[in-house]
Amino acid sequence: MSTFFQTLIVGLRLGSIYALIALGYTMVYGIIRLINFAHGDFIMVGGYTMIFTIPLALRMGLPAWAAVLAGVVVCVLVGVGTELIAYRPVRKTGTAMTALITAIAMSLFLENLAQAIPAIGPNPKVSSQIFASGGINIGSVTMEYTTIITIVISAVVMVILYEFTQKTRLGRAMRCVSEDKAAATLMGINVNHTILLTFAIGSGLAAVAALMYMAQYPKVYTTMGSLLGLKAFVSAVLGGIGIIPGAVLGGVVIGLVESFTTSYISSSMADTFVFLILIIVLVIKPAGIMGKNVGEKV
Amino acid sequence: MLEIKDLNVFYGAIHALKGISLTVDEGELVSLIGANGAGKTTTLHTISGLLPAASGSITLDGKDLQKVAPNKIIGMGLAHVPEGRHVFARMTVEENLRMGAYIIKDQKKIGENLENVYSHFPRLKERSRQLAGTLSGGEQQMLATGRALMTNPRIVLMDEPSMGLSPLLVKEIFSIIQELHESGITILLVEQNAKMALAVADRAYVLETGSISMSGKAAELAEDDRVRKAYLGA
Repeated sequence: MSTFFQTLIVGLRLGSIYALIALGYTMVYGIIRLINFAHGDFIMVGGYTMIFTIPLALRMGLPAWAAVLAGVVVCVLVGVGTELIAYRPVRKTGTAMTALITAIAMSLFLENLAQAIPAIGPNPKVSSQIFASGGINIGSVTMEYTTIITIVISAVVMVILYEFTQKTRLGRAMRCVSEDKAAATLMGINVNHTILLTFAIGSGLAAVAALMYMAQYPKVYTTMGSLLGLKAFVSAVLGGIGIIPGAVLGGVVIGLVESFTTSYISSSMADTFVFLILIIVLVIKPAGIMGKNVGEKV
Repeated sequence: MLEIKDLNVFYGAIHALKGISLTVDEGELVSLIGANGAGKTTTLHTISGLLPAASGSITLDGKDLQKVAPNKIIGMGLAHVPEGRHVFARMTVEENLRMGAYIIKDQKKIGENLENVYSHFPRLKERSRQLAGTLSGGEQQMLATGRALMTNPRIVLMDEPSMGLSPLLVKEIFSIIQELHESGITILLVEQNAKMALAVADRAYVLETGSISMSGKAAELAEDDRVRKAYLGA
């Protein structure tokens, strides 16, 4: 029984990280119908930023996690820069396919750029400890502090984000732009600014996800965003891409599938099951768990 | 109030507007009629900045609208009810109306305008919590119109408000347009339903494949043989 609860907790923690990343995919997809393949690499950017700023934070007497602020700033800049330099010009002149290929190119560009920077290089870097070690014992189940923090922070971030899109002026503008750009313009909404804001939020969340990931797996390398990003993308699709609560649900489902497969079957089968679940869900519900099959709009 | 001079617009390789000129004076209801594809919607889209003009000028109270960012035009007192309603389907009726007042920051003012729109369209008030995508065509047209009124615009562009509506609803929508006109709002109305459009308008223009072929008092155009043959089915 304790194995079950331990596995459940690990799955929730992993799922929280996937969910944070999936939110970035889903928000950008929702607003410009683009799968931002570079989003996974924003995690790597955040990871390296923290590798370099954690020693600074410690020297200033701050806790290691304070470096996430630098991570968020750099990720927001990279995210916004990617939209401005790569995606916006292509969106003006190209097709959806050109944009998609540009996104793949941006992903490869970021990974290779990182490797080319001498301070980064091809070898992985190891992060110092981020949160206090130890945890709370409930019966025979241990909940590490890192786990508790990851789950709580992720949940809080998601609730704030959801409330933001539902209740605030800017959040509503984001929903309008995602539904109908021409009508949004007629309402007085600056569509380009709103898209930039979406990129900024999504990339900022990627830095938070990077912190949570490093707290558990303290290794940073240039291709770390590939598989992480792919699984988060799968989470977003599973939950229903473009839908914020769907990304969270998808992330948690993927996290749980992965941890239960690892515990009860075999760790080498974990990814197989993740993608198997994706295929099954998409066969039954092509729009994802929370997605509605919207007919052609008149 | 609104003045268009020698406007040329290209839609890809198609020369959609070939040097059209028209004016709408304060308080007027002007109809722009013409067949499908004549360039009526293109005209409205260019005024609102959704399409760029190749040459020519569009001025509102003497100010060049082409120098204004598309999302700033509503702030100059010009609202646009687009063809096909374009309501935000996944938002409620009330959220849609509040989006119409996006540029207004004063919550009290928004509340007042909301009540004003509800007084014009009681049916929208009944359905305020319903998702806009679940409304009927007529209700969506009312919502799109009400949304455009949320900023108390001085001039409203209306694009095919009768499209896809039953004859009864067409009557209802046109009586609302007349009501708005009588309340002092300037209206530029684009319609395929030439009979109704000429009945409510002060003046009208006839658009034929990108050029204005006729213009004048609506009542006179309605009697004109060419107009009657081509657009009124007489």
